[in-house]
Amino acid sequence: MQRPRSLSLIRLEVPFLSLLCMQGMPSIAESALTTPSILAPASTPANEIYHLSLFVLAITGSIFIVVGGLLAFVIIKFHARKSDSEHEPAQIYGSTQVELAWTVIPVLIVVVLFLTTARIIFAIQDAPEPSSALDVTVIGHQFWWEFRYPKLGIVTANELHVPVSTQQRPEPTYLRLLSADVDHSFWVPQLGGKTDLIPNHPNQMWIDPQTAGLYLGQCAQFCGIEHAKMLLRVYVDTPDQFAAWVKNQQRQGVEDQAVTAGRRVFEHEACMNCHTITGTTATGTFGPDLTHLMSRATIAAGAAANTPGNLRAWIRDPNTLKPGALMPAMQLSDQETNEVVAYLTTLR
Amino acid sequence: MADQTYPIPGILDTTPSRAARLVEWVHSWVVTVDHKRLGILYIVYALFFLLVAGAEAMAMRIQLAVPNNHFLSPELFNEFFTMHGTTMVFLVGMTIIFGIGNYLVPLMIGARDMAFPRLNAFSFWMSAFGGLFLYFSFVGGFGLYGMGSAPDVTWWAYAPLTAKAFTPGHNTDYWALSLIVMGFGTLGAAINILATAFSMRCRGMTLFRMPLFVWLMVVTSGLTLITITPLTAAQVMLIIDRYLGAHFFDAQAGGAPIVWMHFFWIFGHPEVYVLILPAFGIASEVIPVFSRKAIFGYPAMVAASVGIAFVSTTVWAHHMFTVGMTSVGNSFFVLSTMMVGIPTAIKIFNWTATMWGGKIRFATPMLFCTAFLFQFLCAGLTGIMLASAPWNWQLHNSYFVIAHFHYTLTGSFIFCIFAAFYYWYPKVTGRMLSEKLGKRHFWLFFIGFHLTFDTMHFVGILGMPRSIYTYEADRGWNTLNFWISVGGLIQGIAVLIFAWNLIRSYLHGEESGNDPWDAWTLEWSTPSPPPAYNFAEDPVVRSRRPLWDLKHPHDPDWKYER
Amino acid sequence: MSTFPIFADENWRLPARGRVGMFALIIAESAIFTIFVVAYVYYIGRSTYGPTPQILDVPVFNTICLLSSSVTVIFAEHAIKHGRLRAFGLWWAATILLGIEFMTGTGMEWLRLIYKDGLSIRTNLFGTTFYSLVGLHATHVIVGLIGLSVIMAFTLAGRVEERHAERIQVFALYWHFVDAVWVVVFTVVYILGR
Repeated sequence: MQRPRSLSLIRLEVPFLSLLCMQGMPSIAESALTTPSILAPASTPANEIYHLSLFVLAITGSIFIVVGGLLAFVIIKFHARKSDSEHEPAQIYGSTQVELAWTVIPVLIVVVLFLTTARIIFAIQDAPEPSSALDVTVIGHQFWWEFRYPKLGIVTANELHVPVSTQQRPEPTYLRLLSADVDHSFWVPQLGGKTDLIPNHPNQMWIDPQTAGLYLGQCAQFCGIEHAKMLLRVYVDTPDQFAAWVKNQQRQGVEDQAVTAGRRVFEHEACMNCHTITGTTATGTFGPDLTHLMSRATIAAGAAANTPGNLRAWIRDPNTLKPGALMPAMQLSDQETNEVVAYLTTLR
Repeated sequence: MADQTYPIPGILDTTPSRAARLVEWVHSWVVTVDHKRLGILYIVYALFFLLVAGAEAMAMRIQLAVPNNHFLSPELFNEFFTMHGTTMVFLVGMTIIFGIGNYLVPLMIGARDMAFPRLNAFSFWMSAFGGLFLYFSFVGGFGLYGMGSAPDVTWWAYAPLTAKAFTPGHNTDYWALSLIVMGFGTLGAAINILATAFSMRCRGMTLFRMPLFVWLMVVTSGLTLITITPLTAAQVMLIIDRYLGAHFFDAQAGGAPIVWMHFFWIFGHPEVYVLILPAFGIASEVIPVFSRKAIFGYPAMVAASVGIAFVSTTVWAHHMFTVGMTSVGNSFFVLSTMMVGIPTAIKIFNWTATMWGGKIRFATPMLFCTAFLFQFLCAGLTGIMLASAPWNWQLHNSYFVIAHFHYTLTGSFIFCIFAAFYYWYPKVTGRMLSEKLGKRHFWLFFIGFHLTFDTMHFVGILGMPRSIYTYEADRGWNTLNFWISVGGLIQGIAVLIFAWNLIRSYLHGEESGNDPWDAWTLEWSTPSPPPAYNFAEDPVVRSRRPLWDLKHPHDPDWKYER
Repeated sequence: MSTFPIFADENWRLPARGRVGMFALIIAESAIFTIFVVAYVYYIGRSTYGPTPQILDVPVFNTICLLSSSVTVIFAEHAIKHGRLRAFGLWWAATILLGIEFMTGTGMEWLRLIYKDGLSIRTNLFGTTFYSLVGLHATHVIVGLIGLSVIMAFTLAGRVEERHAERIQVFALYWHFVDAVWVVVFTVVYILGR
């Protein structure tokens, strides 16, 4: 159980990497600095972990220098030399004092490390959720992410939008983690440690990103053949950006008369069995909600950029972009495919 | 005349033909119950699969050398990393420790053979069959994509991915069944080692005069009894779920995938101690001999080994810090995991103290053991980092973890196994391994190992998870992955040099005699290789180093030992 | 090596290898049973549908028979240690009969559960854990019965003598273990679980 702490205890840190602010519809090409490094925390849990890790590293580093140094010294000093006498060296079988000392010191080190660690565990896991938190339900699927905002009435997929959380205006995001099939794990290193999504075992975690931008992650628990392509994009929006995004997501699906042919194909073919587009008869939940498909930068959970060409390839045969994805090749004619793609590209 | 030597006319010539002699020779190996022959069979089997699993690793590293590569399909990559892990742990690790243990334990305690020679043979053949059955999966049956049904669910095979609903082919079944079969073999070997060490020691060899390698095999075998059995139980539950419609891990019926995780890691964590403890035993034999000093603190070494075995059974959920245990639960496992570092650290200090004041000869076995000391120190320290649960929430399932466990398994376990080869090969074959080739093997492997696994820590810190057949090009992982793969190639070459050394030295190596290293334990008092009966007369011992007492009659150990 | 100084203890006694081996086997088997018991206990009350443990009848007679078979085996061990081979044979046969009764009783219980109450291993979580735990124990009873029968056959052929007492004791250890496991399984399934 992980819930946010009150902000007075949170230390704000400037992240290592500067992150781009995404406006409107981002593309993959724009995200230049996208290394999801745990050394570049941008959220309180990630920050707490980062500082703990520096402390642990300092202690283990010192141990390495001392013990490693001793070893190196021994190897150099007691190397057998030709000039040595023929006799065997003095046989020393043990020393109670020395052995006691090097038992007690590690015990003390362990006690210190344990207490420091436990403090951070409780701080992150047992922090109470403030009322200003945004609730998001994350449902893991093979091989995509479903995001639901219950209080806002939003359902989307693969690309998570959360508001930036500042000291003046704290708004952490509180994620409830569920799974529709097998085990998954939500990992965006810069925003927090990972937490697993296990069927029938709801988990919770929280993040409070302090700098707007795009943060990358991916599924971190092997979930099947395309586990490697179950990517995550988290857009941390400024308040204005977030409000605009929410408003757009809450709208019904765009109904553009020019593409009714494509919409008809979508509704009459098997598409509607798996996908939802609000305002149409498509209410399937096996695959991602496509109502605002064009508000996303990628398709297939990050496997490809969201372009008409990729959409066409995906619909023709998902295995060309993500071999083993659970969506079948739709067996549409070329004309039907073009119509559907034309329709889908209107779903902003 | 009785002293005539020319052939007597009219007799029958019953000299068997070459073919018949070959059949006879092969047959003798198949039906043998001699612990030395069975030990060699285990070891040769393990070496073969070391090469196979190494090839699987090389294929994976070629796939990962550049992003979005197409060298291996996703299916094949997933099968390869599952098989690489399963092979290395079970078909290489478990078989080689029981192989070396089988060969050495009776010799080191002055016994004629193991307590149960036929059980010994049964154990080997069960293990061998299980492993071959596992590899049959590549060609047997038809998996979902017609590429063979090798297991592709990771070596820890989490539910519910392994349920029939999500893995309908036979992949998981091969994994579970082959390991259940191998488990019987392992159990038999462990029971045998325990019975041998307790019931077959020569006169004067009290438990506290046994060589440390024997002690560590005893502790390992005891730990194995309660380690491999939970895995067998869990795998039986998995098979029942898959074939009898049971619901152990069926979330819809009230079952819990998390129960599989607990059961698997209750096996999985002590298992890695089962692997590393014999390696500690090897180091405890090699380091004293090449430092020309008795082991420092023998009683503490025994106590630490037993302590490690006990504590290691309480740490398993440090593999599960991210599954949503309570803060109290997480804290407990942080404490127990850090505590297991204490007896382990003590052992490192004892080995260092053994070398202190010695006259260290850096022959190849000692080179490997010295590198082991440094690498095991690093592995233990990264283990402490991983034990810190919040940090673990970042590092879990990343390449940092892979780097850590390869530091323990390759950098510590395999380095000690190589040391064991160079140290005891003369005893087994009567010939020395080439020192020149040995040093080349060592330095190349050392360089390749560090290039690969030091770099791997960083790519994990930069957010790269494990079990992925490819990665995005814009995450900053490209160069690091490339150099990791190059290191893998270097290690591969080193291992080939080692294999060449083994073969060439068998044919042309320098003859070793009984005791080429001027060592002190009983196995060095027999001819090389030892005769089938091991000892012409039952030895009688008075201290931990019987040969030291023989070689230093004015300064024997039994005057000073505590 | 007669060149070693013979200062070693004159009483050099080591434990019998059969006994050590059997204890090791028992420890390993205990670990397997522990896992199944833990699964059973954890899953008590978690079936989302289907028959509950209330449909179980406490197998008092079966339990008495199985535990008595431990007593008869002790008498048999005692008999052979003192060379009374005929008594040994009779007590050994009694053990087998009691074991067979236990298996028959279990079989009848299962028949009733499957056909009358509709509980099989695939019905629900309770069925899964019940049949796997009790079945694992029953399998060990069968293996024990096979061993007992082999020894019975050797006895009837007159091949078992007083000098085999130690080996008989080692085998009896296995039978005692099977009975001890039943005490645990019985408590967990028929007392705790209900």
